[in-house]
Amino acid sequence: MSTRLATGGRLIDRSRLQSFTFNGARMTGFAGDTLASALLANDRMMLGRSFKYHRPRGLVASGAEEPNALVGLGHGARFEPNQRATTTELFDGAQMISQNHWPSLEYDIGAVNQAFARFLPAGFYYKMFLFPRVFWKHVYEPFVRQSAGLGKAPDAETRDADTYEHFYAYTDVLVIGGGVAGLQAALAAGRTGARVLLIEQTPHWGGRAPVDGGEVADQPVDDFVNQCVADLEAMPNVTLRTRCMGAGVYDHGYVLGYERISDHAPGMDGPRHRLWRIRARQVVTATGAIERPLSFAGNDVPGVMLASGLRDYVVNWGVSAGDRTVVVTNNDDAYRTAIALRHAGLEVPVILDARAAGGGALADAARELGIRVENGKGIARVTGSKRVTGVAICAQAGEGAVLEEVPCDAVAMSGGWSPVVHLWSHCGGKLTWDEGSAMFRPDADRAPTGHDGAPFVTACGAANGEFDLAAILKDAHAAGQAAARATGHKPGRKAAPKAQAGEEAPLEPVWLMPQGAGIKLRMKAWLDYQNDVKVSDVQLAAREGYESVEHTKRYTTLGMATDQGKLSNINGLAILSDALGQPIPQTGTTTFRPPYTPISFGAIAGEARGPLFQPIRRTPIHDWHEAQGAYMEPVGQWQRPYCFPQPGESHDDAVAREIRATRDSLGLLDASTLGKLIVKGPDAGRFMDMMYTNMMSTLAVGKCRYGLMCSENGFLMDDGVVARLSDDTWLCHTTTGGAERVHAHMEEFLQTEWWDWQVYVVNVTEQYAQFGVVGPNARKVLEKLGGVDVSKEALAFMQWTEGTLAGVDSRIFRISFSGELSYEIAVPASMGRAFWDRLLTAGKEYGVTPYGTEALHVMRAEKGFIMIGDETDGTVIPQDLGLNWAISKKKDDYIGKRAQARSHMVDPDRWKLVGLETLDGSVLPDGAYAVGEGVNANGQRVVQGRVTSTYHSPTLDRGIAMGLVLHGPDRMGEVLEFPRLDGSVVQARLVDQVWYDKDGDKQNV
Amino acid sequence: MSEAASALDGASFEGLVRVADAGLRGMVTLRGDLGADALHAAVKQVSGCDMPGQRKITAAGDSAVAWMAPDEALLLCPHGQADATCAALARALDGVHHLAVNVSDARATFALEGDDGALREVLAKLAPADLSAEAFGPGDFRRTRLAQVPGAFWMPRQGAARVICFRSVAQYMFDLLTTAAAKGSGVGYFQA
Amino acid sequence: MLILHCPYCGVMADETELHGGGEAHLTRHGPGSSDEEFHDYLFAKENPRGVHFERWRHVNGCGKWFHAARDTATLEVFGTYSAQTTEPPQAIRDAITARRPGWTWRHLAGSAK
Repeated sequence: MSTRLATGGRLIDRSRLQSFTFNGARMTGFAGDTLASALLANDRMMLGRSFKYHRPRGLVASGAEEPNALVGLGHGARFEPNQRATTTELFDGAQMISQNHWPSLEYDIGAVNQAFARFLPAGFYYKMFLFPRVFWKHVYEPFVRQSAGLGKAPDAETRDADTYEHFYAYTDVLVIGGGVAGLQAALAAGRTGARVLLIEQTPHWGGRAPVDGGEVADQPVDDFVNQCVADLEAMPNVTLRTRCMGAGVYDHGYVLGYERISDHAPGMDGPRHRLWRIRARQVVTATGAIERPLSFAGNDVPGVMLASGLRDYVVNWGVSAGDRTVVVTNNDDAYRTAIALRHAGLEVPVILDARAAGGGALADAARELGIRVENGKGIARVTGSKRVTGVAICAQAGEGAVLEEVPCDAVAMSGGWSPVVHLWSHCGGKLTWDEGSAMFRPDADRAPTGHDGAPFVTACGAANGEFDLAAILKDAHAAGQAAARATGHKPGRKAAPKAQAGEEAPLEPVWLMPQGAGIKLRMKAWLDYQNDVKVSDVQLAAREGYESVEHTKRYTTLGMATDQGKLSNINGLAILSDALGQPIPQTGTTTFRPPYTPISFGAIAGEARGPLFQPIRRTPIHDWHEAQGAYMEPVGQWQRPYCFPQPGESHDDAVAREIRATRDSLGLLDASTLGKLIVKGPDAGRFMDMMYTNMMSTLAVGKCRYGLMCSENGFLMDDGVVARLSDDTWLCHTTTGGAERVHAHMEEFLQTEWWDWQVYVVNVTEQYAQFGVVGPNARKVLEKLGGVDVSKEALAFMQWTEGTLAGVDSRIFRISFSGELSYEIAVPASMGRAFWDRLLTAGKEYGVTPYGTEALHVMRAEKGFIMIGDETDGTVIPQDLGLNWAISKKKDDYIGKRAQARSHMVDPDRWKLVGLETLDGSVLPDGAYAVGEGVNANGQRVVQGRVTSTYHSPTLDRGIAMGLVLHGPDRMGEVLEFPRLDGSVVQARLVDQVWYDKDGDKQNV
Repeated sequence: MSEAASALDGASFEGLVRVADAGLRGMVTLRGDLGADALHAAVKQVSGCDMPGQRKITAAGDSAVAWMAPDEALLLCPHGQADATCAALARALDGVHHLAVNVSDARATFALEGDDGALREVLAKLAPADLSAEAFGPGDFRRTRLAQVPGAFWMPRQGAARVICFRSVAQYMFDLLTTAAAKGSGVGYFQA
Repeated sequence: MLILHCPYCGVMADETELHGGGEAHLTRHGPGSSDEEFHDYLFAKENPRGVHFERWRHVNGCGKWFHAARDTATLEVFGTYSAQTTEPPQAIRDAITARRPGWTWRHLAGSAK
């Protein structure tokens, strides 16, 4: 059984008990435990089931490479699935549930898949679900849905109780990984004066070295680590972070760091996770190495673990995975586990060393402790299902004939080490195959390059394929110095500290155990634990013609689980290479993609949630609108009142009331959202002529003109009223939300095309609050406010003036988008609310009625005015809308003119704008199509037009609409059919789109 | 114009640093060739400030001048003096191609006060800019984005910063700054 | 995520401050141009693997358009320069030649060879 040892555990504090539950059972651990070590201490070896066969799965590792130990953690607003037990710290009150089983972890129905395992080989899903087609919906899909997904999704209605944030950090040198290599690299870089940021994913410094032991500069490695940390903390130019993982390395030195601030203490003040968005001039990856499993039958039975993991649990957390542990290895390092176990008083019945010649000094040390060592031997198979009960020993060179059975309750395996090259590789760092150590290591000659074309990542230590303590320190020291030097800092002469180097016998690659294992054994030899990929699956893929490692990955799902193949990758591609009969480097690796381990969506979103999800733009009258109970709608990022419903009033009723009140007496519109751009300069006139289809240079000072703006490919992009403020100054109004786009459009041409033209543009949109004062009594209320002559004579239609209206500096435009007598008044935004209040007070006697965007839309449609975004959709040119009157024929050029002469643009068959009048007075569905006779090439009903705007007009008490129709203007009076979604058909007659006051008498009084 | 109101009307917040609506500030955008002697002279005459160099801000009394682009400066003055500043610039630059316009009410200004490192951290949570003391300090002016909106900031002195953005997103900016300055969210990156 | 030096305000600008604007040094064709010329101006853009000239705007910054000479495969930036020029300045061309001898781009050639 696995249990807490009476003594030991360098990371735990036995005086601080932490209680937690696993599937409801109460358990205790110590401060400093991970979820995994605490579970193991409570004899929970089996923690979940695999994805495909639902086989019992237990802990394999002690760190980020763990493939099996994923749990649902927390509850309510803090529940999260798929938390890796080995990298999550235990906290008091933690609640864990196991995943991927039903009805329970111990008795799982999905485990019947195991019985059919030989019918579920690689590519099963691809092959099986194709035929018969009718099975998909009722048989296959429900089955796949039932089995799909890992862990339980958080409750959809629950909101995450935590907060998250981003942080932009700039540094000269970023060191990723706080083992001895990272510490030494940071020291070497820090001593040059460079800004250094050192991040470490665990809560502890030192990495593996304190577990593996050794001496540096004549002191125990533990003391060396402490000294390094103290030295680094004393440097003002160095920042150290634990619990911060280097998640990804991206172009130009951009690195994401994933800091888990309060996962170990949920509910504390501040954010739970912080995403560090780091810009580093140089990156040193000191990310260590991951031990490889060995591929033997039953290597997935709970109790079979990586030798290093087993050792970690004993040394770091005082937890034994079992009482009797068989060690199986192809290298010397696993002997350290045997020795550590023996020192902890645990039994090691035998060490199986696959190498015929056996190990070196460490093997001798093991023998001296009385441990039996068998060279040239391996494991034929593991016995046990939910827990190891023993191993059958065989000769590695043979086919698996059992020589001896040894009872045990744990197996420590080591297939050698793979440098963690992920961060090196993310941004294009290439690898080289090291035959001697049977591993891919970073190729320093092909490092990732930055904006200057120079390398910006240096790998060091175990991440660079160095495994000897002395070599690691030397390599890390050089890497830190090189990185600092690359940022213009001069390293001193201080050398790397000396370490005691132990001699180790060379590793011998073992990709399959035993070497000649038959199909029965290979079908039980797991490569990818979480996704249930076995040696036989990869061999099958190769036989079926999958030669590319990337294809094999997708076909077999090897390495596609949440651990992203940290354990399975190298073993899998070695098996593939063998099956293809080619050397490993020729097969290559799959692409390493960020993040290194999954990061939370919360961290990615940062502050952008709730009210901060996206910016909301508010006018100076926003608070008043809200206080009135306005129904708001988004227009771009702006919030605008759609209507102002009174108690008991529907939105439709409110809109109708607002329109009637405006047409009958006086309406008020908050038009502050309209864009306003000032264009000034000696060349402003000709620039305006280029920007607009109209002639703007001839507009007289004091006058306004409606203008159209097109893109270079001819399409109508914006419209608005332009006022000439002075001889060399124009004020351009844009649509709501269009100011930034139009401003950018103008700047683009000024900066990149006509940079010799003397024109300046400033966006003054938000300087002004702007109000429409609309209706037959509009003039009366302005006269009542007083200060500016707004009589017909002084301020005619399409003119503007300025003055002090009601004591406020105002610019008054006599323009109309409703067809009524109408003024738009611009006042400084800071005075907007005060002026609005004055309008309301003065307008009281006229029943002043604020109206929203819907009333605005209906009134403009009644007048037949187009709306950008309704009548236009990026494919419509002004000529389609009958706006030829606003297109100057005198100008040689304007933006869009040439495009509008292209053959498709002058095609007489382009759909053109008309009014649409339903025969029954109903409202046409928005976007409805007019159908014609016959079908098109795709067998679809022929269409000959579509509705672009459609409303109920309270003024006419009927449905009115506009639409684009084939030869529309030539077909006035014709009736077209518009099918509704329910299949019924509405008939509508083509009419002139101006319904209300065709002659403009009302606006021109 | 005593009724004149800033977007958030004096809202404030205490967290890692104090965040407050700094009220109305006079602001004039001046477009023109900032390298030209005429503009240097006009700016000096109107504001008392030297023309700032690239990404700098200069100050004198109530006024300050910020470098926005090679052909754009932002003059800061008391709110009531912005129109007069525009008029004075127009007089001083008669015959020189330029554009001076009052943009005071198009903006919202926030004052951040407190620990210098914490203040830098609050900004560094929102802006992709190097906020270290070596890279940015009093006298510097930076236009960038804060989360999803454009903005600019400068430091009148150690332990103080001003942030400006468009008025319509004042509430968004205030919420951003106060979220970034929430208690317990210190990063500890800029502490000496 | 790129960083580009804005030649106008001097900032090493993060890509999130910038807005990409496609190929640089296009010649605008207006009224009077042939259908083919106009078509090419609007739609026929270079998309090389290697040396490219691009337009960028420092939109969350000084607001200025600038040009960048960049390798689209390695993302190496050879230099950024004013948008107010019809072709890359000699210093930029030299910088590219130093790193990519024999480069070509539309009608431009990188070295005498």
